[in-house]
Amino acid sequence: MALKIVKPGLATSIQDLGRPGYFHLGIPQGGAMDRLAMRAANMLVGNPEEAAGLEAVFMGPEIAFTADASVAVTGAEMPVTVDGEPRETWTSFTVRKGQVLGFGFLQKGARIYIAVSGGIDTPPDLGSRSTYPIGALGGIEGRPIEAGDTLPVGSAPLVEEGRSAPAQLRRMPGNPAELRALPGLYWHRITEAAQQGFFDDTWTVAAEADRMGYRFKGGRVLEFVEREQPFGAGADPSNIVDGCYSYGSIQVPGGTEPIVLHRDAVSGGGYFTLGAVISADMDLIGQLQPNTEVKFRRVDMAEALAARAERRQMIEKLRQELA
Amino acid sequence: MKTRYSYGGDEHIYVEMDEEMSLDAFFKSLSMSNAVREADIPGVTEICPANASFQVRFDPDVTPPEEMLNRVKELEHKAETAEKRMTTRIVEVPVYYQDPWTHETVMRFRERHQDPSGTDLDYGARINGYDSVEAFIEAHHAAPWFVSMVGFVSGLPFLYQLVERDKQIEVPKYLRPRTDTPKQTVGYGGCFTAIYSVRGAGGYQMFGITPMTIYDPRQETSYLKDFLVFFKPGDIVKFEPIDREAYDRVLAGVEAGTWQPRIAEVEFDLDAFKADMEGTNAKLMEALNGA
Repeated sequence: MALKIVKPGLATSIQDLGRPGYFHLGIPQGGAMDRLAMRAANMLVGNPEEAAGLEAVFMGPEIAFTADASVAVTGAEMPVTVDGEPRETWTSFTVRKGQVLGFGFLQKGARIYIAVSGGIDTPPDLGSRSTYPIGALGGIEGRPIEAGDTLPVGSAPLVEEGRSAPAQLRRMPGNPAELRALPGLYWHRITEAAQQGFFDDTWTVAAEADRMGYRFKGGRVLEFVEREQPFGAGADPSNIVDGCYSYGSIQVPGGTEPIVLHRDAVSGGGYFTLGAVISADMDLIGQLQPNTEVKFRRVDMAEALAARAERRQMIEKLRQELA
Repeated sequence: MKTRYSYGGDEHIYVEMDEEMSLDAFFKSLSMSNAVREADIPGVTEICPANASFQVRFDPDVTPPEEMLNRVKELEHKAETAEKRMTTRIVEVPVYYQDPWTHETVMRFRERHQDPSGTDLDYGARINGYDSVEAFIEAHHAAPWFVSMVGFVSGLPFLYQLVERDKQIEVPKYLRPRTDTPKQTVGYGGCFTAIYSVRGAGGYQMFGITPMTIYDPRQETSYLKDFLVFFKPGDIVKFEPIDREAYDRVLAGVEAGTWQPRIAEVEFDLDAFKADMEGTNAKLMEALNGA
C-alpha cells in the first residue's frame, strides 16, 4: 500500500508526535503543530496515536491510493473529496484502490491532518518520522512531500466508515484568538507599563508564521528596564547572553514583534523572552492564519495546570469515544 | 554570580547562573545540569546546558512544577562545591579564513551590516583595536576555545575563548539577520564563535569556513558514524588556520572518509587555568600536538 502524491499542496509534511530528547543539541521535538488533531485523526482510523500522517498548511494535497484504506481528516475546516465526491471531516471514510483524495479551499483554521490506516511508514530518524528540513531529518530524505513522491503505508485492517469525533472534542481558536501565557524567563527585563501593554494590546499574526515560530505585530513597542548590558550579551537591550529557549517561549527582538517558538523551535539564542504560551494552548497556534487577531491572556501556574488537565481530559474522552 | 530560577511555561525550569558570560558561570551551569541528569528526577525529558544558564524540560503531570523547581534548587550546592575540573577532549578544527564563499555572502548582504564599506573581518579588527586583519585572525586562532553550548539549530556549537576578559573579542550581530550563511561558516557574535552546522539564516559576522563536517544526518562521515552531531558542551577546540590548498585536501578527505580530526584527551582545571592561562593553554596544545 502506498500514497502517490499527485499535487503536494503548499508545504505538506509527514509528521507524528515528534522526537523529544535532542533539544540540547539543537534538534527540536517537531511533530504535528496541532497534536490533538493529529491524535484524533489516528484514533479515527484505528492507528496508534503516535503513527505518522500528513500535515498540510493552508492548501490540501492531491493523493492517489494504490490500495483500499481508511482515512480521516481533522484540524482546519477544508472540504474533503474522494474522486470529487464530498466527505466529512473528523470522520472515518474509505478510499478505494485507484481513487484520489482531494481538497477544496481552506475555510477556517490553518492546518489539516490526514491519517491513513496503517500509518505512513517512511524510515524514522532518531525515533520519529516527523519532517525537520533544517536538520534534514524524517519525512522524505528530510524534506516536505513533492509531486511524484510515493509514500509507503503500513498494513492494517480497514475500520468502519462514519466513526466521528464529537464536535465538543474538536478544538479551534476563537476570533480574536486567545492564547494564555505564563510570565517568566526574562519578564523582569521590560517595564511594568510594557508588561501591562503586552497583555492589553491586540496583536495580529504576521506573514512569518511557520513550524519554527509565529510572529505577531500591531502591539506597542516594549520598553526595557535600563541597565548596562552584561558582558557577552550584545548591545541591544533585548539581547541576553545566548541561552536556551523554551517551547512556546515569547521572544521580542528589539521589543517590537513577539515571536512564539513552536514545534520546530530553535533551541537557543540571544533574545530575551518574557514568558511562554502554556502547553494547553500550543495546538491552537498551529491553527492561526496570518492576519488573525490575537490577545495574550496572563495566567498563573495553577491556571496553566488546570488548562493542561482539561486538555488531557479531552484526549481521554476521544479515546473512550473512539476505542 | 547570583542564580535566578524561573518557569518557562508549565513544562520548563530555566536556571540562569549569571547575567554575564564567564568561565565560572559556564562551569557552574554545566556542573549543575550534570547533577540534574544524575539525580534522575521523574518526569524530566530534556536537560539543555547553555553558556551561562541551563533549562530542564519536564512533564508536570509526573512531577508538579513547584516540586521540580525545589528539586533542581537543592542541587545548586552540589554544583557550587563540585571540583571545577573535567576530563574532556581537545579537537583541532581547520579554518580557511577570508575564504571566497563567506566573502561572497559578506558582500551579498552588505546593506544589513553596521559598516558596509569593508568586510566583517575589517570591521571586527577595527572595533577590537587590531592594526590589521591578519593580527585579528591570529588572535582568533592563537588561544583555544571551550564549547559552551550546542544548539540554535542542528548541532551548532557556541565557543568561548580561553583568554583574559580584556582579550576577548566582541562584535555585534548584523543589524538585520541574513537569509543565507554557507554551511560550516565560522561566525562571531557577542563574545562567541559559532560554527554554522547547516546552511541557513544567520546574524553572526563571518570570518571563515571549515572543511570539517560537524553535522551529518545520514551518518556517512567517518567520524560521525556513531552519532550525527560532533560537538558537545565541554569540548575544547583549537582553530588551525589553513589555505585554499589545505581546505580542498581536507574537504576531499572528509568526503572520501579518509580524514579524521586530530583529538586528544585532556584534563581541564578552572582554578589552574585562572592562575596560569598561558601555561594551561600550552599544556593543552602539547596534548593536542602529541596526538
